[in-house]
Amino acid sequence: MAEQQQGGRVPTVIADDLHIVYRVNGARTGKGSATAALSRILKRGEDRGVRKVHAVRGVSFVAYRGEAIGLIGSNGSGKSTLLRAIAGLLPAERGKVYTDGQPSLLGVNAALMNDLTGERNVILGGLAMGMTREQIKARYQDIVDFSGINEKGDFITLPMRTYSSGMAARLRFSIAAAKDHDVLMIDEALATGDRKFQTRSEERIRELRKEAGTVFLVSHNNKSIRDTCNRVLWLERGELRMDGPTDEVLKEYEKFTGK
Amino acid sequence: MSETTHDGTVATTTPVSPDEGLTPARLAAKYGLSVSGARPSLVEYVRQLWGRRHFILAFSQAKLTAQYSQAKLGQLWQVATPLLNALVYFTIFGLILNAGRGMPKDVYIPFLVTGVFVFTFTQSSAMAGVRAISGNLGLVRALHFPRASLPISFALQQLQQLLASMIVLFAVAVGFGSYPTLSWLLIVPALALQFLFNMGLALIVARMGAKTPDLAQLMPFIMRTWMYASGVMFSIPIMLEDKPAWIADVLQWNPAAVYMDLMRFALIDGYGSENLPPHVWAAALGWAVLVAVGGFVYFWKAEERYGRG
Repeated sequence: MAEQQQGGRVPTVIADDLHIVYRVNGARTGKGSATAALSRILKRGEDRGVRKVHAVRGVSFVAYRGEAIGLIGSNGSGKSTLLRAIAGLLPAERGKVYTDGQPSLLGVNAALMNDLTGERNVILGGLAMGMTREQIKARYQDIVDFSGINEKGDFITLPMRTYSSGMAARLRFSIAAAKDHDVLMIDEALATGDRKFQTRSEERIRELRKEAGTVFLVSHNNKSIRDTCNRVLWLERGELRMDGPTDEVLKEYEKFTGK
Repeated sequence: MSETTHDGTVATTTPVSPDEGLTPARLAAKYGLSVSGARPSLVEYVRQLWGRRHFILAFSQAKLTAQYSQAKLGQLWQVATPLLNALVYFTIFGLILNAGRGMPKDVYIPFLVTGVFVFTFTQSSAMAGVRAISGNLGLVRALHFPRASLPISFALQQLQQLLASMIVLFAVAVGFGSYPTLSWLLIVPALALQFLFNMGLALIVARMGAKTPDLAQLMPFIMRTWMYASGVMFSIPIMLEDKPAWIADVLQWNPAAVYMDLMRFALIDGYGSENLPPHVWAAALGWAVLVAVGGFVYFWKAEERYGRG
């Protein structure tokens, strides 16, 4: 059985009946007063003060090398949660995700600090993604040039809190996109920056796709899904509603959303 | 329940392959896929952590810089904050309550300042440690790295902070007549052991704080109790003279008191070995190894669970 692989369809990500549950502290009732909190503690039991949010409910699929998979669904349907679970960043409540190597999420925002200069953030973000100092040094100029931060003066040596929101978003994307990945996951990154930067980042994503084994893309922009993906997973209320070629799924999805 | 609901609705158009019919687990095994987010072995974990040493260092330095970057005096606060603290304690304990009983003034002031600086090192490592995971959930949920990087990085940040304020400590010691001698070299092993201890402590409270964020609210009280029990601003044997001897013994053997006493012994001329409990270096080493190794293993045991909301 192992000899006859059809055209090398090698699985890179396997999700097996995956369930993700968030536990939210102190969101049980509308009342946030101290006495309400105390009575919740005294009540004991399973649900004292903790509310469970079942974000992904039993999702199973197999992703193969060379595929670009779009994730669609309305807000809060569990797309971003699913990506994080595939990356191994959110522990699964039940079920398992098997991956080939270490999938990485294209997102570096959380490692950056607003009080530091852009320059130091490039280094910090690179290190946080697991690049070595030499790799960062080699790519530093590319990252800065790509972000276009220095087009309007020497902004890279200023703290990031002085940047406009667009500038900061551009720098974040540039840092995140500087690394090559095996399994790459992109969470609505295409929407950052002005028109010129968007074109540039779409181009970079196509490049990354060529280098990566499998790409996942979360987006609400059906056009960018159609442009980049050959397969689409449609999530609704944490359940996999449809899984198939981009055109088929998008047609159903557009019917569903009433376009 | 979801089993039945989605089987009916999912429209699968994937062509049938020879792998059809394999369970996901068998399919994963066949192509050598591994479980995402599984906890690595302890040896592998240490190796990964070593691979991230540059990130750990850079993160701690970045936190240190970011801490005071909005203040006008900037990094000067690194030194000014513990100094002001010592000044407050000196006014209250030294002048008003006369807690320096049994010590001449030129010993008591460096005694107090050393105590405050050394205890602050442990205290702020624990306070930062308890929020290391729960306060950085965004980072934990966005990027992949051994989670122990965070508490270790915070402990390292406090070490750098202490090293900066050591200049003040040296100035105070010299100002009250304790000039640099060979015994000052003992500061290095004492600090190294204390750092190991702090790192272990940060790892332990980081895991507890990740599970129960409430601990961050409780921490100031625990630390303050510990501070008063460790003789930061008074000498334990002199203060507890008329109490049963075992109380003073227990207090003197607690790690915070041990590390403070070692630093005072190294730094202050008038603070001789008669003030130290017996086998104090063995105690310092024992606490450091026990807490560092124990804390590391304890933290690693929950590695795959950090980041759950």
